[in-house]
Amino acid sequence: MPKKYHIPIKTADPRHHPIGKYATVEFREDCAGSCRVCVKKKCVYGIFKDNYLHMSTMGEPEYLYACHSCFRCVQECTKGIFSRVINPEYRTLGDEYWRSDILHRIWYQAHTGKIPVSGAGYRGPFVAAGFDSMWTDMSEIVRPTRDGIHGREYINTCFEISRRISPLKFNDDMSLASEALPILENPIPLILQLPGNLIINPAIVESAAKAAQVLDTFLIIQPKDYSDTLLPYARNLIPSFTRANIRNHEALIQQSRAVELAFDNDIEDAIHNIREIKSDIILMIRIPLDADAASRALELSALEVDTLHFYADDHGNELNTENPRFLKEMIREIHLKLVNGFVRQRINLVFSGGIAMAEHMAKSIICGADGVIVDTPLLIALECRLCYRCRENLSCPAKIDNTIDPQWGSQRMINLMGAWHNQLIEVMGAMGIREARRLRGEVGRSMWFEDLEMESFGPIFGKRKIAGFK
Amino acid sequence: MKKNKNHFQFPKIVQVPDRFRNSIGKYTIRRNSRCISCGLCAELCPHGVHPRYDIFSKPLRPKDYKCIGFKCKETDFFCIDRCPEQALTLRRNPILETLGDYRWTSEMLIAHWDMAETGNLPIVDLEYNLGNSGGGFDKIRFKTPEPGDYLNFDDEDVDTSITLNKRGDGRPDVINSIPCYGGGMSYGSTALSVMVARARAAKLLNTLTCTGEGGYPKELIPYAEHVITQIATGLFGVREETILFSPMVEFKYAQGAKPGLGGHLLGDKVTPEVAAMRETVVGNALFSPFPFHSVYSVEDHKKHVDWVKEINPDVLVSVKVSTPTDVDMVAVGSFYAGAHVVHLDGSYGGTGAAPDIAKKNIAMPIEYAIPKVHNFLKDEGARDKVCLIASGGIRNALDVAKAIALGADGVVIGTAELVALECVRCGHCESGRGCARGIATTDHELGIMIAEDWATQRIVNMYMAWRKQWCEILRQYGLKSIKELVGRSDLLVHLDYLDEEERSKYQPAPQAELII
Repeated sequence: MPKKYHIPIKTADPRHHPIGKYATVEFREDCAGSCRVCVKKKCVYGIFKDNYLHMSTMGEPEYLYACHSCFRCVQECTKGIFSRVINPEYRTLGDEYWRSDILHRIWYQAHTGKIPVSGAGYRGPFVAAGFDSMWTDMSEIVRPTRDGIHGREYINTCFEISRRISPLKFNDDMSLASEALPILENPIPLILQLPGNLIINPAIVESAAKAAQVLDTFLIIQPKDYSDTLLPYARNLIPSFTRANIRNHEALIQQSRAVELAFDNDIEDAIHNIREIKSDIILMIRIPLDADAASRALELSALEVDTLHFYADDHGNELNTENPRFLKEMIREIHLKLVNGFVRQRINLVFSGGIAMAEHMAKSIICGADGVIVDTPLLIALECRLCYRCRENLSCPAKIDNTIDPQWGSQRMINLMGAWHNQLIEVMGAMGIREARRLRGEVGRSMWFEDLEMESFGPIFGKRKIAGFK
Repeated sequence: MKKNKNHFQFPKIVQVPDRFRNSIGKYTIRRNSRCISCGLCAELCPHGVHPRYDIFSKPLRPKDYKCIGFKCKETDFFCIDRCPEQALTLRRNPILETLGDYRWTSEMLIAHWDMAETGNLPIVDLEYNLGNSGGGFDKIRFKTPEPGDYLNFDDEDVDTSITLNKRGDGRPDVINSIPCYGGGMSYGSTALSVMVARARAAKLLNTLTCTGEGGYPKELIPYAEHVITQIATGLFGVREETILFSPMVEFKYAQGAKPGLGGHLLGDKVTPEVAAMRETVVGNALFSPFPFHSVYSVEDHKKHVDWVKEINPDVLVSVKVSTPTDVDMVAVGSFYAGAHVVHLDGSYGGTGAAPDIAKKNIAMPIEYAIPKVHNFLKDEGARDKVCLIASGGIRNALDVAKAIALGADGVVIGTAELVALECVRCGHCESGRGCARGIATTDHELGIMIAEDWATQRIVNMYMAWRKQWCEILRQYGLKSIKELVGRSDLLVHLDYLDEEERSKYQPAPQAELII
């Protein structure tokens, strides 16, 4: 039996109480103070077990970090003194894109490595902007394979970051006439990268590098963040250069399997320089996701580059415009430009910015990406609350700016990526797709809001008069 | 007993109070220490918000969940203004922001608890017809009816029944007196008392309920004529006699909550009773693999259908599928394989635990699937021969009516029945000991929180309240039977497809930003 890709998940407890969604409100003046049937003692989930005694000391009310919202304490208290509110601290988590529920789920996955599971159906909006306006398909009969419990054990999530070998050419004596290009495969369609605008310190970099090594993927790293402690992880690092600093880091290029190069107008020279240092290195070009992205992709596909890395802003939006398009539309545009230029098979596309949930990875691939680059969630896995105090040089409430244990940090990231990988497999299994590479650009395995509305509601209600989702 | 034209007697409505001491309502009334216990508020309030007993003169905590709120201000019994000591305060209950979600809003939950308690539509100003999801049913409205179309007749004369067998193949018609039947929730996923109560309610309402995949507990046998046996991929608990018992057998190919993923009962829930029922090992997680490993085609599927039909010559066959992009082809394939009922389970529904990624992302919402399949079956000339049942995200009586107008014959209800039993939709059906409210649990201590009589009547009450809404809709459009509503999408409008002026005539879609 072939060796299967396996992510070693292990519980990694949070260092701080995760910020819970709910807070209790108690009207203490009505409380008997030592009620023998106090609902706090009866909590099914035992969330008060460490602190119900504070009733006698009349301590401050505590946040309910692990409250499961069953309402029994509210409804069973003999005096009716319990009520609750949304924890005000929970409201402050993240921003309009990185919502508090997304952070909460990332924390849970980083802690346990498990897929978030809940009962009682879906509870969100019918449709929303971005990736939330498409659904993935499923098949009633087709499965990746009938082997195993669900057939999912054999789903291949590999993608390549090396460019494809063009059709082989042979000499008359049947010896190979065409050049055999190096192949570099990633067993999981994601690459790690630490977000540049949040806290980065050596311990965090080491955590991410270690996670990349265990996951057998790569960490994109700035040369300034590189130190000799990262030498054991060199095979899993992709140093990111600009044309100006290539020559300063020849040793780093030599020890790397792949490097990233920032796009500029004289990129060909820079590519040449890198190939001079190490001819068979895998080369990724870092390009802003803006209006020129698709045409640049087409131009670069003619050069000796392997992968194009387009970076959007933190919210997955197009750069350098007042009316940005979202990642989903941008991926489609670039992918289709290359398809129509007959060069899509030659080169790989990866995207960063705004990849916040496992479903974003699957949906990006459906839209046409080969893989995605995960950035901000790595810091959230380390308990970052996206309060952005660090951008103002203020202290970090999650103490990420203090030294963290790289073992713990890497395990949190591994757990998160493990949970994402499992979710990708779930979605692919439902679609009956056996290989992530076959999912690329496979929009036939998805359903889009606009299409469904037109197809199902158009014949009934006529022409849609409102654009958007609200 | 109420009698309708089919001579079926709908059950009586009986008041069934909340199980808990402190009911949650839309409003709170607080009484402060200035109260002199004069008893005026108790005398005034016709809704029983202020309880008072002859032998106990001290003030009691108000039953504020019965309070009709600020609209009471227009009456002469508004306790807040009439209190001589101004000891009472009325507020919108702040706890509402912690209850509910985009699909099941806090008001929709409270309203359904109220319906389950009283059997009537709530008198409190609760929005129970529309959720906050911003799409699908929440943006579809029934057209403003023509006054001349109104048919003035009693609820007793309105036919809300549906026929499950339209094939004319000599098997029983199986008529349900309401256009709903209960969705499959297995032994193991819900408490036994809940299962039995659902079956009892189904019998009283002359409809059906479904075993789910966990086997057929002997406690259901007295209600066997109203219990569907589900055959799913794990084949847990399926026996020849349970197929012989049943009026209908349901093949579950997929379910909306986790389309294409199969089922997974966590080891914690596999108690000795569950293990015995499913013929498995205590404490071991149980998987229902996806899909049927013996089905690769419609022909294979037909073998399954034929197998069941051969065992029981009177049984109907339902095929439950999810809503992929080719759901229309799947439906027509099921019909040609011999199914009497094609049951579409949309992606946003489901009662059991499922990965969040699946519930949100896999397969299409039921609102899209119903007209797609309805029209395709019509084009194929098969629509009159098959009963199309929809489920997955159908929350209230209006959703049922909208689903039928979009093209379904009837619907399957799961979550709303649990809400009638005071589910708060916390979503922790699977964790630890299971549902803290005693509904979706196999824990002995929690399981006894639900009494069968109580639960039966709550479910009956909710459906009787729903029936009042269906009857009113049918009267408004001059229809005498809910069968006449099937496929009447001309009676519907969608807010996003209307001009602004036209749109302003309809209730706008609720658009509150919620924290989920």
